[in-house]
Amino acid sequence: MENSQTVNTGHHEPEFSTKPIWRTFWILLGITLVELVLATIHLKTGFPPKYVLNGVYLILTCAKAFYIIAEFMHLRHELKNLIMTIAVPATLFIWFIISFLWDGGSYKELRNRYDRHHYEMSKEKAPAAEGEHGEHEPAAKKPGAAE
Amino acid sequence: MAHSVPAGQKWWSGGKSPFNVEYGKLMMWYFLMSDAFTFGAFLISYGSIRFATNGWPDPNEVFRAFPLMGDTHLPLVFVSLMTFILIMSSVTMVLAVAAGHNNDQKKVTFYMVLTIIGGLMFLGCQAWEWTHLHGEGAWWGRNPFNNADGSAATTNFTNFFFTITGFHGFHVFSGVIINIIMLIKNLRGDFAKRGHYLMIEKAGLYWHFVDLVWVFVFTCFYLL
Repeated sequence: MENSQTVNTGHHEPEFSTKPIWRTFWILLGITLVELVLATIHLKTGFPPKYVLNGVYLILTCAKAFYIIAEFMHLRHELKNLIMTIAVPATLFIWFIISFLWDGGSYKELRNRYDRHHYEMSKEKAPAAEGEHGEHEPAAKKPGAAE
Repeated sequence: MAHSVPAGQKWWSGGKSPFNVEYGKLMMWYFLMSDAFTFGAFLISYGSIRFATNGWPDPNEVFRAFPLMGDTHLPLVFVSLMTFILIMSSVTMVLAVAAGHNNDQKKVTFYMVLTIIGGLMFLGCQAWEWTHLHGEGAWWGRNPFNNADGSAATTNFTNFFFTITGFHGFHVFSGVIINIIMLIKNLRGDFAKRGHYLMIEKAGLYWHFVDLVWVFVFTCFYLL
């Protein structure tokens, strides 16, 4: 119980500045707008190739995550030991993402190579009536009526 | 906070809280970390299935509607609005925490109300989007959208979309409930009596986490 008391008194400052909060807000808003502008330019012109854009999106997403965790959740201002107990387990994600996506990609390659039937079926165009038509006339396709 | 601690402090020799945070706040951090792994598992399985599939629907074709705009092709507009609402409610939440640090009960109430409104607006947007997609014939086990190359898609796309945004929406919903409870406790003067607003901070951590997850859901489903 003594522990929580040392925390409560040592923790409080009279002033809690709102300036960094708004700065973080503008950064987050700015990054989101950059993502949207890039996506719109890609839709209109197709200029930055999709795989380049995907890399940019991932970097910007991680930047946003950093600002939310560091500033909004205040983790940057905690003790280093506490930061490490959160940050070190989170690095497992790097391994998870690489290995699982790699595994998925490899499954696709192998299946396409050895199961040609699957590959050809997956390239066949869908019947027009089902997809395009139903998509543009939501009123005609009531939920549940399709099947 | 780090700078209020004298240098050379011996943290592990007993008598002190080694992380200099309250127990509940520390546990909230570890809960959020475990929750991050749950969401991570969802998103990574989505990613690996997507990598393992030959065709995938184009998100700009699927998510192109906006309320009251009929069939106008507006990719990304609605989801940008949702993102903006959630970031904004995250800001009002930090402002509530800041007001709590200054022991300003009235301001805490004001910002908590704004945060709750933001959360409800986000849930409303999601309800509209789900209803719209359901009206187009999309649901768990049903996918009316073709792949970007015109071939027929599996139901993986809709299954993952509804499961992950649903799980996130459920988190937003519980966050709103928690915030309402915090608002009531604040109005009753519980925190003012206690002398600190650490409960608001813990609710705030949860709320920011919901925002954080949305950042990843936004990227994975709408941008990539």
